[in-house]
Amino acid sequence: MSTAEFDAQVRKLATRYPDSKTAILPALRLAQEQNDGWLDTESFERVGEALGLTPAYCKAVATFYDMFHLAPVGRHSIEVCTNLSCALSGAQQVVDAFESELGVEPGETTEDGEITLRTVECLGGCGYATVVSVDNRYRQFVKPEDVPAIVEDVRAG
Amino acid sequence: MPARSMLLAGADERDLTKLAEYQAIGGYAQASRARAMTSDDLIAELQGANLRGRGGAGFPMGRKASLVDRKSPKPKYLVVNADESEPGAFKDREVMARAPHRLIEGCLIAAHAIESQEVFIYIRGEYLTEYEILAKAVEQARKAEILGDVNVVVYRGAGAYICGEETALLESLEGKRGQPRPRPPFPPVQGLYMSPTEINNVCTIATLPAILELGPEGFTNIGTPGSPGTVIFSVSGNVEKPGNYELELGTSMRELLYTHAGGIAGGRQLKAVIPGGSSVPALTARQIDVPLDFDSIGAIGTFFGAASLIVVDDRCCMVQLALRSTKFYMHESCGRCTPCREGTRWVVQLLERIEAGDGTTADLELLRKVCDRIEGKSLCALGDFAVWPVQSYFDKWHDEWVAHVEQGGCPLGGESSIEGIFAPSDQHTHSPVATVPA
Repeated sequence: MSTAEFDAQVRKLATRYPDSKTAILPALRLAQEQNDGWLDTESFERVGEALGLTPAYCKAVATFYDMFHLAPVGRHSIEVCTNLSCALSGAQQVVDAFESELGVEPGETTEDGEITLRTVECLGGCGYATVVSVDNRYRQFVKPEDVPAIVEDVRAG
Repeated sequence: MPARSMLLAGADERDLTKLAEYQAIGGYAQASRARAMTSDDLIAELQGANLRGRGGAGFPMGRKASLVDRKSPKPKYLVVNADESEPGAFKDREVMARAPHRLIEGCLIAAHAIESQEVFIYIRGEYLTEYEILAKAVEQARKAEILGDVNVVVYRGAGAYICGEETALLESLEGKRGQPRPRPPFPPVQGLYMSPTEINNVCTIATLPAILELGPEGFTNIGTPGSPGTVIFSVSGNVEKPGNYELELGTSMRELLYTHAGGIAGGRQLKAVIPGGSSVPALTARQIDVPLDFDSIGAIGTFFGAASLIVVDDRCCMVQLALRSTKFYMHESCGRCTPCREGTRWVVQLLERIEAGDGTTADLELLRKVCDRIEGKSLCALGDFAVWPVQSYFDKWHDEWVAHVEQGGCPLGGESSIEGIFAPSDQHTHSPVATVPA
């Protein structure tokens, strides 16, 4: 997407709200999608330009929210919930299984740049523990033995 | 008491994500009825129903609506809090995924009550599937001209627990960092874009069609006098059948856990129940013969909260549970006020020291003191949420804490069910923080 196209799309988004500043979260989300899943200095400049905000303001907002990434990430994300209900249901064994399957620790990306593994706070699937969010889609009741198939799926997709 | 559905009525038999299916069971008829009433009459009806807010605080919805400054020349806003992030809670998600039109109908009723044409549904960013279902349902309703002059916008958050706090949510909606505002002014007077704003939880709003259908009298006949209606209870942790159970308020906790949720998994012993989501004080196994309603739960020193019960069996170390819980609140502290921002870091360090076996009796005393210095001293309730669980685990399972100090380590000796659990805060690089003096 060219800068002009991005600008037009964000300005259009802004018209949906009583105050254009409200469009900052969708605009940052769009900028992140356009930049391989993370926000760099240029992303903040583009969002700021389109919404009439400073790049610093845009960065200040982005740093507040967990779903915005400020460093390069893999093409896919695997996020394992380790909050109380998932922890009580064996989430750590699921994390361990992903670590050994992917050869990375939580917070790291595989060497081929394909998958970033993370642990995350409560995803709101506590009754279906362990919950794993794969590219923002939930897998529920995940057990360590399900991990190889999930990774294979992700790599294929 | 048997299960009774109101919020999820019809969702087992039909695909209520489809407008036609929802209309086939009388959907949107109550919104039409509400619109034929004056806003004063509608608010009187809602006040008569005494619907207690389902998001956690239990504030009567009708009263909140009555506080909205309807005479203001500014636009009035209805904001639905769908930022469900309390650990243990997953009820709003089910309503949005399975009965989205009931939520939209509730929005139309509430909007009419406060004379609003602008509705925002703020849904947490992680709920992508639910966002898509809800956005599609709003589009169906708009095309069918059901929304009338009301504009409904579904807005996605971007991952921040604190945005479930109502004023933080408003900040976030205004395109800012989601940090809570001082109150007063309260949102009904000055909320979104400095305008009068009603903020309610998904389940509160989705209950409104049933109130209109049954009338205040019919509605208050269900549940208990102080807590009428039904609630979707989210049950998770060490039970045989975790999940959502919609039941009348006043159902006993024992019945919910043992009859509906099948009892403790694997035939183990019950150790603790966290009754309202992870932020509230826990109950011991001896305290579960209590009716599940706002007042009865409050009377035994904890909170009904978000009706989200986390069940803990006897394999779990309470110091580890406190540590994992506090790491969450530390991670989610917005950083605005000192007691919460710094205090949660102190509590985490003290808990780590105690769990590692390096704690002393003085550390136990310091921990209790630090908790007291956070409680009630932060701008919003997050500080309280961080320490209430710790205080209750500390007081009710005190021997276990003393054993950590006396034995120089965890008495469960590496056998705790959450041993080694890796929190997201462990993988982040944080700014340097002051270390608790040794």
